Amino acid sequence: MCGIVGICNLGSARGIGVETLARMMGGIRHRGPDETGVYLDDRTALGHVRLSIIDLAGGGQPIHNEDQTLWIVYNGEIFNYPELKESLERQGHRFYTTSDTEVLLHLYEQEGPACLDRLNGQFAFAIWDSRRQALFLARDRVGIRPLHYTVHDGRLIFASEVKAIFAVPQVPRRMDPEALDQVFTFWTVLPGRTAFEGICELPPGHYMKVSKGSITTHRYWDIPICPRADQTDRPADEIAEMVGDLLVDAVRFRLRADVPVGCYLSGGLDSSGIAALTARRFNADLSTFGIRFDREAFDEGSHQQTMAAFLGTHHREVQASAKGIGASFAEMLWHGEKPILRTAPVPLLMLSKVVRDSGLKVVLTGEGADEVFGGYNIFKEAKVRRFWARQPASGARSALIGQLYGYVFRDQRSRSFLTSFFGAGLDQVHDPLFSHMVRWRNTSRIKTFFSAELRSAADSGDPYEPVRASLPDEFHRLDAVAKAQYLEMKLFLSNYLLSSQGDRVAMAHSVEIRVPFLDHRIIELMSRVPSRWKILGLNEKHILKKALAPNLPKEIWSRRKQPYRAPIVDCLLSGSGGDCTREMLGRQAIDAAGLFDAAKVDRLLNKMQTVRTPSEVDGMALAGILSSQIVHRQFIEQFRAESIPPACVDLVFDRRRGRATIHEIHRGPMPRVPASTRSGR
Amino acid sequence: MGVQEEIRNYVIDHILFGDGEKLRDDVSFQETGILDSTGFLELITFVEEQFGVEIADDELVPEHFDTLRAVSAFVEQKRASRAVA
Repeated sequence: MCGIVGICNLGSARGIGVETLARMMGGIRHRGPDETGVYLDDRTALGHVRLSIIDLAGGGQPIHNEDQTLWIVYNGEIFNYPELKESLERQGHRFYTTSDTEVLLHLYEQEGPACLDRLNGQFAFAIWDSRRQALFLARDRVGIRPLHYTVHDGRLIFASEVKAIFAVPQVPRRMDPEALDQVFTFWTVLPGRTAFEGICELPPGHYMKVSKGSITTHRYWDIPICPRADQTDRPADEIAEMVGDLLVDAVRFRLRADVPVGCYLSGGLDSSGIAALTARRFNADLSTFGIRFDREAFDEGSHQQTMAAFLGTHHREVQASAKGIGASFAEMLWHGEKPILRTAPVPLLMLSKVVRDSGLKVVLTGEGADEVFGGYNIFKEAKVRRFWARQPASGARSALIGQLYGYVFRDQRSRSFLTSFFGAGLDQVHDPLFSHMVRWRNTSRIKTFFSAELRSAADSGDPYEPVRASLPDEFHRLDAVAKAQYLEMKLFLSNYLLSSQGDRVAMAHSVEIRVPFLDHRIIELMSRVPSRWKILGLNEKHILKKALAPNLPKEIWSRRKQPYRAPIVDCLLSGSGGDCTREMLGRQAIDAAGLFDAAKVDRLLNKMQTVRTPSEVDGMALAGILSSQIVHRQFIEQFRAESIPPACVDLVFDRRRGRATIHEIHRGPMPRVPASTRSGR
Repeated sequence: MGVQEEIRNYVIDHILFGDGEKLRDDVSFQETGILDSTGFLELITFVEEQFGVEIADDELVPEHFDTLRAVSAFVEQKRASRAVA
């Protein structure tokens, strides 16, 4: 895993200095502490920071083809590269490394953009065709690896993380009011957007071509939509068997590395399943890593212990205390680069440090199973509310909601209010966004804290319209559960789960995550499976449980799903994090950023310090406002491109006029990134 | 300060965070999104503690708590029945 940066002149060729590139690379050194390299010519510059995982000695980038006309910088893994390499060798391609990067480059040379269909992996890369003067950027199908870009002053500037783009001092830095409106509605920005005005993200499953001054983006893959009539009619047992076989293969692929690979282990079905397949089929000497919480309601420690003992893994834990989560909230945001309504990514930031300190740099995780196999309550909620809408007065039907949200329905007294809350909008079953409207409308309440200026700047009409407009025609033929699954995957998977809570908090400590459940073959197979098999009655992930049960103790596969959550209010108000919160939410800081209404925020803070059990929505408001304030301070107010230490560049291919040289300035391990540039900015 | 006034102030301060414009006597808390399910619970707790009334589980229905006027009427009635008893 690595980080990439680059600049491409769209108009006339203008010199790009190594210093600019080195500073961009300096901004993302945490993504690649092992080696660095750049390529420059008169039109384009590419930079790479490397975390060495495959071909440790020879895989340094940029990498070129035989005649040095194609150059690649690449972040990620192509898991099926040995198979692809074989066929390329038969076609006459010659390789000078044993890396997957070089295979990708030759596959592109052979097939052009169509090569993307042949890749099984997680990636973001840039290929410069110096002969045709064309740049090609691409991102993996589901968006596991990040890729951001902006166009400024006749140049395309791109990088794995936004901070590397901001390392170019001329690039303007402003919060995007519409992006904030989206975070405070959908829990994250919509695909393609970032928290910053003018900075875009290449959406998952897309590539970009830059040639002769024009930029075009194309979609090469989308979440598959398979209407009922085209779905499989195989029995559930048979489907589970197919899933089981594919999962073994997906894990086998993802264990390909020249370094040891560990597993995250939460004690739930998904990560336990991956750990079991890994330990039982491929690596009996497995290291696993789990998060513990102080509060019993969040903690899954006993299940982690069960699994670790069952598999005989070397299990390590991180204790995510309220104070610890609060103290690392700002560091998480520096890596995540967007406001957030939760604290849940912080424990994962703490966990990746434990992985790194144990000497590992790659872990398999259980992410994606809930989306693909139907694990979330919001899918069941869609099913129940649809069923309830047929008989809105039915007490028995409405009572099903209570079964879903046991943890919020614990208090018998609140039952009638919760029922009435979920019963709102039952006449809207035909709205394509029906499944998510309760959540989004409820979240939108916290926009009451927006300042008048932010409210007017963010007011671009109906926030749901861009989502409705983006839905393909076939979407409308899906059933309630499949619709909800599509929305969840499209809006939340890449932009929150795989980034804020995935890549960013792992790469913060130079750790690569690999996600077997998001192997595209599994996604495509499950898209052909009827929803009734995915959620049998109200039993979530029915097929996956069947597929994994033979590998797991019953205690694990039959346990009630516990959503991964972390406490919010305690964390943000206690310890050093609490001091930061009070300072960032004080009138002076609020007025300086101009995003929120200081008097309202003050009332919220007072309320949070006095009520015994703060509500979900107030907790989200606190996290959302605080994180917006911190992101504003880190990236707008106090960001100084000049203060990012430029990366020391090991390998330079300089093809600028009159300078045709290759030099290796430095070889060997690079100094670690100083702590001051890693966080808290 | 009357019951209705006290409840109004509570809602403005703790639920609407100062934004009392849309809070009129007969506006539905639920339809306008002023209160969500936990907001109702906060309001009920406040009413119980502030006015010393005991609310039975079967009285905990949205109809008693959906507008300022309804909540105040409900509280007044509880207090009156306690006085009689």
